Amino acid sequence: MSPVLEIQDVTKVYGEGEVVVRALRGISLTVERGDYVAIMGASGSGKSTLMNIIGCLDVPTSGRYALDGTEVGRLSDAQLAVVRNRRIGFVFQSFNLIPRMSALANVELPLAYGGLKGAERRRRALAALDQVGLAERVGHQPNELSGGQQQRVAIARALVTSPTLLLADEPTGALDSHSSADVLAIFDRLSRGGRTIVVITHENDVAAHAKRVVRLMDGRIVEDHRLAPVDGPPPLKREVAGR
Amino acid sequence: MTTLEVLRFAVRGLSANKMRSFLTILGILIGVAAVILLVAVGEGSSQSIQSRIQQLGSNTLTVMQSFNGGGGRGGGFAGGGGGGGTGPRTQARGLTLADAKAIADKSAAPSVKSVSPVVTAQSSTATYEGASHSIGQMVGTYPSYFEAQNKQIAKGVYFYDADVLAARKVIVIGQTVVDDLFGTVDPIGKQISVNGVPYTVIGVLKESGSSGFQDGDDLAIAPLPAVQQTLTGFGNLGSIIVQATDATSADSAQSEVTAVLDQRHGITGAAAADFRILNQATLQETVSESTQTFTVLLGAVAAISLLVGGIGITNIMLVTVTERTREIGIRKAIGAPKGAILGQFLAEATMLSLIGGLLGVAVALIGTRFTIAGVTPVLVPASIALALGVSVGIGLFFGSYPANRAAKLRPIEALRHE
Ligand SMILES: Nc1ncnc2c1ncn2[C@@H]1O[C@H](COP(=O)(O)OP(=O)(O)OP(=O)(O)O)[C@@H](O)[C@H]1O
Ligand SMILES: [Mg+2]
Repeated sequence: MSPVLEIQDVTKVYGEGEVVVRALRGISLTVERGDYVAIMGASGSGKSTLMNIIGCLDVPTSGRYALDGTEVGRLSDAQLAVVRNRRIGFVFQSFNLIPRMSALANVELPLAYGGLKGAERRRRALAALDQVGLAERVGHQPNELSGGQQQRVAIARALVTSPTLLLADEPTGALDSHSSADVLAIFDRLSRGGRTIVVITHENDVAAHAKRVVRLMDGRIVEDHRLAPVDGPPPLKREVAGR
Repeated sequence: MTTLEVLRFAVRGLSANKMRSFLTILGILIGVAAVILLVAVGEGSSQSIQSRIQQLGSNTLTVMQSFNGGGGRGGGFAGGGGGGGTGPRTQARGLTLADAKAIADKSAAPSVKSVSPVVTAQSSTATYEGASHSIGQMVGTYPSYFEAQNKQIAKGVYFYDADVLAARKVIVIGQTVVDDLFGTVDPIGKQISVNGVPYTVIGVLKESGSSGFQDGDDLAIAPLPAVQQTLTGFGNLGSIIVQATDATSADSAQSEVTAVLDQRHGITGAAAADFRILNQATLQETVSESTQTFTVLLGAVAAISLLVGGIGITNIMLVTVTERTREIGIRKAIGAPKGAILGQFLAEATMLSLIGGLLGVAVALIGTRFTIAGVTPVLVPASIALALGVSVGIGLFFGSYPANRAAKLRPIEALRHE
């Protein structure tokens, strides 16, 4: 079985001429199914750049990238939209919920773009919101929710299509310690359930939840350290706060 | 994504910014309403002008003496007959009663129904018991004139052939003359004097209203010989009014009359005619052409306002797209296909223009029930279809540029947008 993620010699150069920034200088990374990877590194080391490429939000300057065995560089615009919709769930540091839409509508959105209709869509969106402990808040709009709650809605939205890969760019970066714990507990549970997760973080606490820690510096991988086996449970066990 | 969902997204997008949507709709509304209303006003005024012309008498020809000798046969636009006084070119012969009688000959001119020789007296003053009035037009003619010129009697009677034969001094007067001389007194049977000669009033003409600068009711009509005896003398006729048998035979009547007069006046080949014929049908065509130009002009002005409304839509869509670039990025990041983004913004633009267009039609429909600047607007159905079609077209056309730009963005570019 092919790995979920296979990156070879990926580079990313921003700008031209005088102002070129080499954000990635040749990254190779393979992530197996069920792994839980934390990407760490100093600010500006290229973590977000790498994550955006993995999430098919951006394209690399050079190098190959295969998702679930599919060469992403060969996909058309329409096929890329399908990949983002079905295979990848992306959680942002700044939540990125759509304003003036209820939590439920936000979570339903990927299903709507995926072509799912009516009752089934609603059922799955509600299930995803229940999974993150927000069953009671489905009718609220983002500006009526706390940061932690917004992030949990965003996670529900990322999970609702049952993607192969869950990506999170500093998901706890804007949250207090309590909300962070909620989010990490959800990730732990997902990981135990077999979901492949890649998460960017600055915090060692967060990285301690992962099975594997990859460290970036100046656009290169400088350390790749395994904390727990791919098919085992994540190293730290915490239950989801009972809500 | 179903169409319904795309529409729902669009409605949500529009209602998020109610004031802005309202103003954009208003722009289109004004454009569409202006197009329909102004075209209706143009059409209304053109119809009222045409019906006035038709009132002047349908299928009639006016034969007049030609003072320039050349060219102007048929067509042209001239005031009502220029009496005997002014000097025609020496070799040109004026119109005579004999000319009129020749035209009336059924075998020479079968398309002619009636012939009315006309003399018009300049500056004739009518008086009645101290009141005096300068009559705008004092016409001496035959009874057939009334039918040919569509002059109807409101009170009293016309004069008859017998009155003409006997040169009786009877007179039919217009409402303006009645008002000036008699006020509220019934004029029928009263004696008035025109330039000192007594006439008996036997009828009052129906009001025809003023057409432009000329008062159509400031006139008096009396038997031809009576006017000739007392006012104009027995010289040339001012004009001859020829009525064709029906509207379709006006042209053949014109050529018959031309033939008769050419022969009588000795005009051959290329020689310039000393008379000209004013064809009512030709006149109507000319006028309707110019009123159409007027309508087109009004429509063009309105179309510009519609275009301005369209630019408003583009502007709003550009602002909306820019403002919501981040949202577009989010939607793309969770897998929105290009078509869904494009559809949403196009649906928004189309909805704006369609709502504006329909409201514009409604406003125009209400507006056409009122009289605008003295004109009763006449709705032109094609203008509704056109204005509505153009407004929706504008929405699609002008909305597609920003929508396309939005849909083409790479997700990360859109997400980074501040
Ligand atoms: N759109 C861009 N245009 C130009 N340079 C960019 C762009 N995005 C990122 N960079 C540069 O690329 C490098 C890597 O940026 P990246 O956002 O990947 O860092 P990061 O590791 O995520 O940092 P942080 O921890 O602060 O989020 C930085 O030097 C940054 O300035
Ligand atoms: Mg970053």
